[in-house]
Amino acid sequence: MTLDRVKRGQLLKIMSIPDMQIRAQAIRFGIAEGEMVNCEEVVPAGPIVIRKNNQLLALGRGLARQITVQCVE
Amino acid sequence: MAHCHGSVGLKNIPEGARKIVLVGNPNTGKSVFFNYFTGMYVDVSNYPGTTLEISHGHFGSDVIIDTPGVYGISSFNDEERIARDIILSADMAINIVDAVHLERDLFLTQQVIDTGVPVIVALNMVDEAQRQGLRIDVDLLSDLLGVPVVPTVAVQKKGLNELKDRLATAKRGRMTQGLDPLINRLINRVGNQGEALLVLEGDPAVAGRHGLEPENQREDIYLKRRAQVNDIVKHVLQETNHGASFSSLLGRWMLKPVTGIPILALALYAMYLVIGVFIAGTVVGITEETIMLGQYEPAVRGMIGQFISEESALGTIMIGEFGLFTMTVTYILGLLMPLVIGFYLFLSLFEDSGYLPRIATLVDRLLTGIGLNGRGVIPLILGFGCVTMATITTRLLASDRERKIAVLLLGLNIPCSAQMGVIAGMLAAIGGQYVALYAIIIFLVLVVIGTVLNTLLPGKPTDLLIDLPPLRLPRLDNVLKKTATKSYHFLKEAFPLFALGALIISVFQVTGILEFLQNLLAPLTVGWLKLPKEASTAFIMGIVRRDFGAAGLSDLTMAPIQIVAALITITLFVPCIASILILFKERSKSEAALIWASSWAVAFLVGGIVSQLYSAFGGDSGSRGTLWVILTFLGMTVATIIACHLAKRNKTQESHVGG
Repeated sequence: MTLDRVKRGQLLKIMSIPDMQIRAQAIRFGIAEGEMVNCEEVVPAGPIVIRKNNQLLALGRGLARQITVQCVE
Repeated sequence: MAHCHGSVGLKNIPEGARKIVLVGNPNTGKSVFFNYFTGMYVDVSNYPGTTLEISHGHFGSDVIIDTPGVYGISSFNDEERIARDIILSADMAINIVDAVHLERDLFLTQQVIDTGVPVIVALNMVDEAQRQGLRIDVDLLSDLLGVPVVPTVAVQKKGLNELKDRLATAKRGRMTQGLDPLINRLINRVGNQGEALLVLEGDPAVAGRHGLEPENQREDIYLKRRAQVNDIVKHVLQETNHGASFSSLLGRWMLKPVTGIPILALALYAMYLVIGVFIAGTVVGITEETIMLGQYEPAVRGMIGQFISEESALGTIMIGEFGLFTMTVTYILGLLMPLVIGFYLFLSLFEDSGYLPRIATLVDRLLTGIGLNGRGVIPLILGFGCVTMATITTRLLASDRERKIAVLLLGLNIPCSAQMGVIAGMLAAIGGQYVALYAIIIFLVLVVIGTVLNTLLPGKPTDLLIDLPPLRLPRLDNVLKKTATKSYHFLKEAFPLFALGALIISVFQVTGILEFLQNLLAPLTVGWLKLPKEASTAFIMGIVRRDFGAAGLSDLTMAPIQIVAALITITLFVPCIASILILFKERSKSEAALIWASSWAVAFLVGGIVSQLYSAFGGDSGSRGTLWVILTFLGMTVATIIACHLAKRNKTQESHVGG
């Protein structure tokens, strides 16, 4: 599943972030491949907001479409 | 390798002075530390090859250099490249860490430590962390990082003396585990730990300086560093207060459209009340009318008039209608300054409270349609204050493509506050349907132009990737300081532009070019726009100051539809001369000229279409004409969006087929 398909409140495992630059920037914010994050909010047709501990990060829809995640219930 | 480390590209740094660098994430309060250490005397210079300004000042025999707020040092953008070069050449770094945001901020701390530069950490805003139930073991943090850590509350000057006293104890910290052997392999070839680190992290610029190929270990190092930081945070941070607090609830509401849009509307309405009503009305009434026009201008005319006659060419340029000592000073101090301060005040409030990135997230979808991303909302909002100020702010956009689109939309489409005041007054007098006509047409033109540019320009908007810091009550002193600094820098940059603009206009006036242009426009104004001939004078005045143009229109007797057509034309028409000059400064000459020329074309085209359509649809017969004009424009907008959508789909298909 890609990140743009997730629902609010879901617990997710980040499987892959294909873009190298984005991957590096995400690690700076503590969000790396293999990390568990929460989907905090989905702006309709807009960005996805994810949370890891106290760090909130908003990712544009186009970016979210490239990121593969796995839902962990 | 003969490359110079001494100057870091900044002027006025004495030979042999130690370079102490301030480093931190965005919004950690770095500027307060900078002011504390350097006092009043600060050099601000453009960093070579960029439009970013870097401040440095003296601290005893040492030099303190500020760096842009960054999350890490690499080559992702100009800010990072500058921070990187300044840190690599530093003798010592003061790292400002936001105590509320340890997880995020310590990544940069660890990266700076890994460069081998001696570091001292200022753990800032500890009072706020305490209030949020975060307990940080400062001694353990210092042990784990291997550098001294001083808790501070910078805005209250708490801990700053201790930081100053302990500067000498700054030392090289504990490197990320597993990094040592990698660095050792390179250090003999590169000669400097920091440069070796960046070569390992694949920084092309630093590798190039040493004639090396950038290595491919960034991700591996980043992951190790992240793991180490997470481990440190786990050990030093204790959270005593879990669960949803009001601020995290509010933060969530700001992101949901159902609640977020009303909150944004409320915030903008508050902004309108303060800036649009109080500052533009009451304050400017005093500063412009009473002080500048009432006291200052007669005084300066009297003084200079003793030596130079006001009617002479030189007199016109100095103290005439658009004079350097009259209009320029009145405009900047009487009108612009209060408005610019008002806008920067709100911007700082939004920024410091953490609301700004949430607005960007909320409106991201809308702005990607016109080729921007959520961040583009900042220059667009500021444009309603002063287009010149907003054009300067486009520097913070991520790509040149976005800067291009934002600059054009600002120049063409956004009426600045000076002009808005006059426009609102004239629209209020003719009422309901015409206000709607004006607002809808201006909005649709913005959508059409943004969409077309987004389709025509190669590339696509940068994806939003933005940190949403916890919401906090902004600190008044911090907000005021920020507002003052930003306003001061803007006015300093804008003053010469406005002066040059006034000079050009006065020369046009003296030489008769202004009159020539007015006559040139007259046939177009009468035949195509269906306006009185005198309206062309108003349009030309709009080149001087946009509100002059609008004000010139209010003296004419016109039918409501003529007023709307004239206001639409003047809104879309070229920005004021200072904005044009900043356009030429920010963008290439050909691009600026193109924007300027297209604003003439678009303004007269759209204004004319409105007039022509209205009369074609039967003219005066009540609100039918207005409705049809709006519907026609709506139809054209939808058609443009669909056409652009199809064009884009073809383009991506072609590129897929092409490989």
